[in-house]
Amino acid sequence: MLTYILRRLAVAIPTLLLLIIFSFILMEAAPGSPFDTERGVPPAVLANLEAKYGLDRPMIERMGIYIWNVVTQFDFGPSFTYTNRSVNDIIAQGFPVTLTYGTYAFIVAVLVGGALGIAAAIYHNSWLDYLAVGISIGAQVLPNFVMAPILVLIFTLWLDWLPGGGWRGGQAQYVIMPVIALSTSYMASIARLTRSSMLEVLNAGFIRTARAKGLPMRRVIFRHALKPALLPVISYLGPAFVGMITGSVVIDVIFSTGGIGQFFVNSALARDYSVIMGITILVGALTIFFNLVVDVLYAWIDPKIRY
Amino acid sequence: MTLLDIDNLGVTFDTADGDVHAVNGLSLKINEGESLAIVGESGSGKSQSAFAVMGLLAKNGRATGSVKLDGSETLGLPERKLNRIRAEQIAMIFQDPMTSLNPYLKIGAQMREVLTLHKGMSSKEADAESIQMLDAVRIPDAAGRLNMYPHEFSGGMRQRIMIAISLLCRPRLLIADEPTTALDVTVQAQIMTLLGEIQKEFGTALILITHDLGIVADACERTIVLYGGRVMEQGPTDALFAKPTHPYTLGLLKAVPRLDIDQDELETIPGEPPDMSRLPAGCPFCPRCGFSKPRCSTTQPELRLEGQLRRACHADVAEVAA
Amino acid sequence: MTTLDLDPQTPAAELKGRSLWQDARNRFFQNRAALVSMPILIFVVLFAAFGQYFAQWSNEEIDWSMLGQFETIGGPSIENGHYFGVDETGRDIFARTVQGTRISLMIGVIGALVSVVVGTIYGAVAGYIGGKTDQIMMRIVDVMMSIPYMFVLILLLVVFGRSMFMLFVGIGLISWLDMARIVRGQTLSIKNKEFVEAAIATGVKTRVIIFRHIVPNLLGVVIVYATLLVPSMIIFESFISFLGLGVQEPATSWGALINSGTDHMRTAPWKLYFPLAFFVVTLFALFFIGDGLRDALDPKDR
Repeated sequence: MLTYILRRLAVAIPTLLLLIIFSFILMEAAPGSPFDTERGVPPAVLANLEAKYGLDRPMIERMGIYIWNVVTQFDFGPSFTYTNRSVNDIIAQGFPVTLTYGTYAFIVAVLVGGALGIAAAIYHNSWLDYLAVGISIGAQVLPNFVMAPILVLIFTLWLDWLPGGGWRGGQAQYVIMPVIALSTSYMASIARLTRSSMLEVLNAGFIRTARAKGLPMRRVIFRHALKPALLPVISYLGPAFVGMITGSVVIDVIFSTGGIGQFFVNSALARDYSVIMGITILVGALTIFFNLVVDVLYAWIDPKIRY
Repeated sequence: MTLLDIDNLGVTFDTADGDVHAVNGLSLKINEGESLAIVGESGSGKSQSAFAVMGLLAKNGRATGSVKLDGSETLGLPERKLNRIRAEQIAMIFQDPMTSLNPYLKIGAQMREVLTLHKGMSSKEADAESIQMLDAVRIPDAAGRLNMYPHEFSGGMRQRIMIAISLLCRPRLLIADEPTTALDVTVQAQIMTLLGEIQKEFGTALILITHDLGIVADACERTIVLYGGRVMEQGPTDALFAKPTHPYTLGLLKAVPRLDIDQDELETIPGEPPDMSRLPAGCPFCPRCGFSKPRCSTTQPELRLEGQLRRACHADVAEVAA
Repeated sequence: MTTLDLDPQTPAAELKGRSLWQDARNRFFQNRAALVSMPILIFVVLFAAFGQYFAQWSNEEIDWSMLGQFETIGGPSIENGHYFGVDETGRDIFARTVQGTRISLMIGVIGALVSVVVGTIYGAVAGYIGGKTDQIMMRIVDVMMSIPYMFVLILLLVVFGRSMFMLFVGIGLISWLDMARIVRGQTLSIKNKEFVEAAIATGVKTRVIIFRHIVPNLLGVVIVYATLLVPSMIIFESFISFLGLGVQEPATSWGALINSGTDHMRTAPWKLYFPLAFFVVTLFALFFIGDGLRDALDPKDR
């Protein structure tokens, strides 16, 4: 198992490094980059940059310093537009928010989607099955940026139940809509995936064996069918994670939750390269790490994978 | 003494192409400790009969008629009661040992749950019993095997494990559905020998479902030949093999390769197996039968005792046997 | 298998001699949702292509009489020619919806086309050659998939400036990944079929085998997933445009329209309703058609 993890790490780390190098080169190449002296970067920022990277040094050297700072101290350097703030300050402010509702959304998507899919498969062709299929088809066309305004329309404008935005330290009424908006389409995909893989497993020979052994249906499903049925779902968790972290950008914009997404979009519009890079690298690292966890989980569940 | 009494069993599937009648009026009795073969080509309804007995039909399947275990009806029993019969009274093993064991659970776990559930044993007792049973099916180093996964075994070994699992509760009847079809020829012989030995050792009655006449001759006392979901002929295996009286049995026997006589070419039965959703009104074998008569296509022949065998055929015994 | 003995693959069933495509067509036409979706999709396409001839206003034209009071009198109206109402700068929503529909559909189709060409070739080559090549090629796909591409794409858009061209480049870069995986898996199974072995045995060149034998047999899967990719590409573009980073004014797309609609949700909801309705209905239609095609063509169910 350990060698398996190490082997996966051997792929994950270079991937991350490549992402960092790629981002850095892009920033250097960008017209109007801070290293391009033509640009009217505020003198204070220029001083920050000078102190940090030495603007007259060759690109390779600057890149080396940048990577070194990122890898050893998670230091993404100063922001270009917020004069007195570093990228780290911005991440420290926004990331906990994103992490909070992101985690809730992920849990909701997996638990509700999984339960719905399993129930639909067990009661195949019942009203419950049709409901689950209906929901999962409907949610396909309701990505987060469509879901969010619809939620605001219903719960804020029409019913006046929930505030249309803000965070206030993560009070429940501020969290509910972001979580629903972010999780719906992934919940639907997970339900769909679980349902179809559960249906397939329930037709497998070993399920018939389990029933022939006189096991109660509950045990047949939870002991024999669940694990194989969840394998495809587990491999979907990686993409779902990427999707959700991407979706958080929209959530932050619509609900003004103050997560990293909001900073990301603002920086993108203001061409604040160091913030964009910092967030991209952070998100990339998280994603790569999460995919690693998923792979290990998969290998741990499936006895046929040799480490 | 009658263990299982199947009377006029029918199995119908509700499909997109209409009702498919997989089994039509199957009747048979099996006594304690007896062995019985059900023979037929694929699509003859033999597996579905077994699933109906076990209550394992697919969701769109319906069973009609009667299946009595020790004189009490089992068809239509609620799942909870069926679960007391499965494994404890009637056990079943399947065609493909590659897929009939759960690939995600260790062998030990798949055996233990049967004993803890049906016999109320502790895990420790269950493991000891499992090891004994693996020994009984001639698996070497049984104790070390409990912690292994199915994919670590060969096909023949897996089928042995399936047999061991099925015998854990000492059922009175074992239904073996094509137990050797997916295996190599040499392994087939080993499994058949094992089944014979097990049957004597545990006194279990055996229903062997197969399309392979070659393995029936030694293994079973009685044989039933199915075609198109109906019984064509039944009786003691020796008599049936020595002097078949039904054209279909005759055809089947001629199609078995033999080493004891010189054959240039194997005879085959012309035509295709019947379409179960469009069975003829009369004898299902009629379109392929060399002895068919006008009334064969319109009237279903009754199953009648003639000599040692029961047969369903309009043609005279003398005519077929000649 | 419970239904093993009833398997329709018995020779008797084959005798009926329906071809696979005929079979697929019959199955598709039995799928009511897909069938209903066809005219809807055709309507949307026609709307995108010819809608501007029915508009009373062009998409950039400002109705000065509406300016400053669009929230009170800018609603949908037949009389003043603004069928879907106007936006805050007095522009006709109908004309803008036509334009947004056109751009969104175009992006969906182009994204799908790129994925078909690149993904199919890439996947077929990896799957067919196998071994080390396959491992490396698929590892590259894995690596690219493990990157949060939306962030990288936005980075690209910021660096190289927001333009339609960059948007297409970005979408083209990621759209083929899934297709490559699917095609590779399919190729692996086709590769072991007898007709391919026969071709290898008779000394046909690798390139010829890939294009003559493998690719045509991939057609079903490719069509299905390409159809399903169109809506996901539309969602993808709408996402970026929703953030204001995609299509730039005066051009527009569904995402940009929905975004601008949310700004005036309370006072001028028509700005949201019409683009949203087009978005949702079209995506429904595309998904249903894709699902219908999958049920009809995907060999997994056969």
